[in-house]
Amino acid sequence: MVSNPPSSSPLAKAERIDNYPGLPGVTGAELLDRLQNHAEAMGTEFLTGKVLSALDMGKSWCLTVGQNVVEGRALIVTSGVTPVQHIPGEERLLGRGVSYCAICDGMLYRRRSVVVIGRSPDAPQEAAWLSSIGCQVTYVAASRPESLPEHIPFVRAGRLEIEGTERVEAVLADGARLPCEGVFLLRSAVAPGDLLPGLAFTDGYIAVDRSGRTNLPRVYAAGDCTGRPFQIAKAVGEGQVAALAAAEDAEALRSL
Amino acid sequence: MANLIHFTQETFDAALAQKGLVLVDFWATWCGPCRMLAPVIEELAEDYDGRVTVGKVDIDEEMGLATRYGIMSIPTVMLFENGEEVGKLVGVRPKDSFTELIDAALA
Repeated sequence: MVSNPPSSSPLAKAERIDNYPGLPGVTGAELLDRLQNHAEAMGTEFLTGKVLSALDMGKSWCLTVGQNVVEGRALIVTSGVTPVQHIPGEERLLGRGVSYCAICDGMLYRRRSVVVIGRSPDAPQEAAWLSSIGCQVTYVAASRPESLPEHIPFVRAGRLEIEGTERVEAVLADGARLPCEGVFLLRSAVAPGDLLPGLAFTDGYIAVDRSGRTNLPRVYAAGDCTGRPFQIAKAVGEGQVAALAAAEDAEALRSL
Repeated sequence: MANLIHFTQETFDAALAQKGLVLVDFWATWCGPCRMLAPVIEELAEDYDGRVTVGKVDIDEEMGLATRYGIMSIPTVMLFENGEEVGKLVGVRPKDSFTELIDAALA
């Protein structure tokens, strides 16, 4: 199981849950704790981090999580509702100065000016790391994070646009032009549609059949990312259905 | 995998000076997505043995080559024909993306 820290789950902030069967009045934090302990007891391995890329290897899926590579026979997407609005210029300039991964591409921007668009809790640390290897970092966000080192210049901005023809030339931050050669767009998660090219969606949610199968081979989805209602009981149930389908397909593939 | 070449600037320039196709993967040891792509590149080297020169450039060792080709994100895979760039794919892609690019150039 690959995820951000459980404490960053929206469930952790639920003060009281009254519609999860059997546990009336449980807090979100307690339910998360119980779910995690139960999964651990059943042998689930947990890896904290952000999935940066996914690749179908034919009989398995490989994911990169930071600098790690993990492999599995099936991929179940349970990314929740992650409203990712692309910034104008982002898709066009991806790989031409726009990067989602400081660790991957930072070295290519040593001694150059870069803008970090901080939209995840760990973005300040990544900005600090870029600065430490010699990038000239400007940090752009809606408010200055406390953990951002003081020597890193900060620009407060809400409306952003990335400029450039062949490659990144500047970020427009509320109209102010910040010239740069690289833009690190650091969100909590890479959107499933960016991670899995060709993944089908219905009304903005991952399209699945009743078994949780998506249109991609050996890829399943469960929970809020498949659509309403956004309820924990529904998410847990869908998770089980998808896991059964994944296990069934993996077994069938193995016996071929 | 005998024909997967680990290029230096010198051997790379020599490969480009030859007629034919050269596929090169710009990567680095600390890049997770690059390591994930590595087996795909190895398969391509095998599949196109004798028809395409397939190799890798470690950008830490050969920063000059990365700068020359404006590599801004890794992995980046470039295809050259008779020394001229004919294709460039940035990021982790399925094997098909690379075979399509190569087959189009071979056709």
